[in-house]
Amino acid sequence: MTELVDIHRAYRDDLLKHGLLISMGVDGLYGRSGLFEKVVEGINAAFSKVGDADAPEVMRFPPGIGKWQLEQSGYLKSSPQLVGTIHSFNGGDADHRAMLETLEKGGDWTANQRTTQVALAPAACYGVYPAVGARGRMGEQGALVDCYTYCFRHEPSLDPARMQMFRQREHVRLGSEAQALAFRKTWMERGQAIITSFGLPFEVDVANDPFFGRTGRLLAASQREESLKFELLVPIHAKEHPTACCSFNYHRDLFGRAWGIETAAGTPAHTACVGFGVERITLALFKHHGFAVEKWPEKVRGVLGL
Amino acid sequence: MSSAVQARVRAVFKGTDFLQADVDSLADDSDLYAAGLNSHATVNLMLALEEAFDVELPDRLLRRRTFSSINAIAEALVEIGVKEDAT
Repeated sequence: MTELVDIHRAYRDDLLKHGLLISMGVDGLYGRSGLFEKVVEGINAAFSKVGDADAPEVMRFPPGIGKWQLEQSGYLKSSPQLVGTIHSFNGGDADHRAMLETLEKGGDWTANQRTTQVALAPAACYGVYPAVGARGRMGEQGALVDCYTYCFRHEPSLDPARMQMFRQREHVRLGSEAQALAFRKTWMERGQAIITSFGLPFEVDVANDPFFGRTGRLLAASQREESLKFELLVPIHAKEHPTACCSFNYHRDLFGRAWGIETAAGTPAHTACVGFGVERITLALFKHHGFAVEKWPEKVRGVLGL
Repeated sequence: MSSAVQARVRAVFKGTDFLQADVDSLADDSDLYAAGLNSHATVNLMLALEEAFDVELPDRLLRRRTFSSINAIAEALVEIGVKEDAT
């Protein structure tokens, strides 16, 4: 019986061989070819075509967030194993010489690196909550934000669909409980329609985030019991191990409270977000329709503008 | 069910911001989630309870309903061996 890890390796090697991904010598870190990016652009365009009707406010953040933002978000409590922080050299001439000597000897030259004020974004929406919270009380209509950035999660894997650096396209809704839930319901329908238009098989299921440790078990159980997270799963490697390509999340007032985001009534905002993993969807498209894009179903090419 | 365990559970809330309401204003069967206990606060509460009672909650109790009220928490603690007459 073929092990899942062998299936992962085989598909990754295929993607490298066809030049769609470019090796960087680290599992989960890849360059993307022009064709790969064209498909990514097509997915984004299909997302925009549906989502732009709501006139979201567009915010684009770099893949880094402030370390203070990471701390205040609560992410260190739930998922410390995935966090990436930026470190940098912080010494004088003597430290520099010592570092180069260590490097020369093949030792750990990073020993004297110190953390900077920058952490890597674990999800595209992490820049949105503090930005909206800083504006003061929202109006009756709440807020709707379109965001898109590279994210980092420290989980090296041979699975090309589990990259360490990948992009999420998201819409984030901030407002009342009813507004957040209505948004999520709408996007669960829209998400399925979009993935259907890509000619991909899928299922939607309740899910939990990969929270850390014993406290994580409590968080995961609560998340499932309350159906706070749904995922749209597409079989990329094997039917019995489908990959989450989109997620539909309701956070209650977790971020509203963490960031002091207030509704018009002065209560902590409830938030929800929909996220499309654009690399994962791209990988699913190549898996199901083949490496020759010109041979993809005409309808699918039309939707993606290929 | 001993009220002593409930009293010790209540003491764990003192001086924390786990709830949006004062724990003294709540009954033993009041819904703590309705009183503002969110998921991150539940994690902090779980850790604080484990420290205060010197216990480790087993996986089967790491669920939302374990922390749903003072009574529910006390029941869980008694179930894993916390003495009802201990003070």
